[in-house]
Amino acid sequence: MLVLGIETSTPQASVAIGSEQGVVASALVSRGATYNEFLLPAIRFCLEESGLGYRNLGGIAVSLGPGLFTGMRTGVATAKALAQTLSVPIVGLPSLDILAFEVRYSQKTICAVLDARRNEVFHAFYRPSPGGIQRMTDYRVERPENLAIGIASRPEEVLMVGNGALLYREMFQDLGSVAEISTMSHAFPNARAVVELALPRLYREEFDSLYDLRPLYLRRSAKKIQWDRIRGGRASL
Amino acid sequence: MSDHGDFTFGHADPDRSDEVLTIPGTLTTKRPLGEWDEESLVLGIETSCDETSASVVRGGREILSNVIVSQTELHGEYGGIVPEIAARAHVEALTPAIGEALFRADLTFWDLDAIAATLGPGLIGSLLVGVAEAKSMAAVLEIPFVGVNHLEGHLYSNMLADEKAVFPALALIISGGHTMLIDCRGHGEYEILGGTIDDAAGEAFDKVARFLGLDYPGGPEIDRLSLLGDPTAVSFPRSMINEAGFDVSYSGLKTSVINHVRKLEAAGSEISIENIAASFQAAVVDIQVAKTMAAADHIAASRVLLCGGVAANSGLRSGLAGACSKAGIELFVPPMELCTDNAAMIAACGTAMLRRGIYMSLDAGPDPNLPLARGV
Ligand SMILES: [Zn+2]
Repeated sequence: MLVLGIETSTPQASVAIGSEQGVVASALVSRGATYNEFLLPAIRFCLEESGLGYRNLGGIAVSLGPGLFTGMRTGVATAKALAQTLSVPIVGLPSLDILAFEVRYSQKTICAVLDARRNEVFHAFYRPSPGGIQRMTDYRVERPENLAIGIASRPEEVLMVGNGALLYREMFQDLGSVAEISTMSHAFPNARAVVELALPRLYREEFDSLYDLRPLYLRRSAKKIQWDRIRGGRASL
Repeated sequence: MSDHGDFTFGHADPDRSDEVLTIPGTLTTKRPLGEWDEESLVLGIETSCDETSASVVRGGREILSNVIVSQTELHGEYGGIVPEIAARAHVEALTPAIGEALFRADLTFWDLDAIAATLGPGLIGSLLVGVAEAKSMAAVLEIPFVGVNHLEGHLYSNMLADEKAVFPALALIISGGHTMLIDCRGHGEYEILGGTIDDAAGEAFDKVARFLGLDYPGGPEIDRLSLLGDPTAVSFPRSMINEAGFDVSYSGLKTSVINHVRKLEAAGSEISIENIAASFQAAVVDIQVAKTMAAADHIAASRVLLCGGVAANSGLRSGLAGACSKAGIELFVPPMELCTDNAAMIAACGTAMLRRGIYMSLDAGPDPNLPLARGV
């Protein structure tokens, strides 16, 4: 089955087409074009260069974030429209899972960390498991200082992956040798991993509902938080 | 292409592939541009503000479906539109709205000849959702994508309702976001004659309603109350009404209403919400009717096209109807579902653009400040 993967939840946008035999085409950009300018021309490039058409696609897989709102929405809206028009199944995957999946051969506990801007990071912890990774915590958004304290208090060694780990490297490295920071080649979740993670789900027919699929925001809209504070602090994330 | 192993083919309609015709540019179309006849089927998508809408229009004239999902309830507790909430709601509502629009029109995607979506003006996060989905569909179906100016779309709501509502005409677009008098000389030939220098008319209605403690959206509430009140009870100022030009200002009027109520409160006098609503509405209608008739006279218009959400206001309708009939001008007012933001008007406008050979490439993006006419 050929699957189109879309990942536009971070400053690095990518698309990939692949099957269980590997990725046949991929395109990636980290600056310049907006998500909206990049996405469809990039998909067309991948299809044309590999001699395929939209009708060869058996499924659409998309990163749901957490990440940058505009990127998440552009990716999810595009994926939904492609799946709806082609009437093929759709699968949504959290960006942090995609990020952690790429370092699944580590023996350590994996902490996937993405820059959430406004001095916060999105993160989740994973443990390697046979054939992949297993998530141990909820997806969270918090200040990197708090995450650093959380990591310091863990007994085991942690591999931190993602642009959030690189951005606050010094804060995390103050912890000494407990936390290892992964390299820039794993700074962003990638559409190739989206394809690889989605394939087993498509084969098991664990599709998402086309109508219900939505980005994973983690944060409520700024106005709503403000409004809840005014009315007596029901605010929560 | 054959050595990628086993893959499942999509359930796309294979019968249509041989009809595809290549044209210069980045897109292909089944139909040469310029031959958009009475049978062309265009899917319209509108997500510029707080309505998610999808519609299929045949030949730029006949509405086969017009699905409108309103977000009013989501924004109600804030007393106004929250852009982030609007953008999130569009992502959820658009896919089912498009499915429903095709279902009601009894069509599949593969019957469509083009996709039209609002490119601007509007809320950037909301516009992006509609444009992303429209372009994706056009790419899969290998049909043109046409990005439409939301304001130009409003002009076509009149043509969908009445075939006599044609250009040239004077158009008054009046809504929560816009108040604009436009000299429409032909398709794509517009000159903005005047507009609001501060609040849009609908915005003034909503702000006054909020001050009076009425439910959001307040415009319809004021209209309802004003029928129960005396429009001459309070003489609110009609600012700029005697000035040259066709611009209006509603901010000062809104402030006078607030000051008037505060004065009554301070004096401990009884406040009649009905009288205040009626007097405020009478002032808006007086100003807008005067400017519209002056503009109609200036360009010697024989038709006036009223459009936008505030076109539903009973005072404005009857005020303009009276003034137009006295001046021998034909007034067109579309039905309610075409006054508010809707995708049928976007599909109709898109069809008219395709007839002139206008369409967009797949890297086209929304423009929150898209101007209606050049140099404005
Ligand atoms: Zn509008």
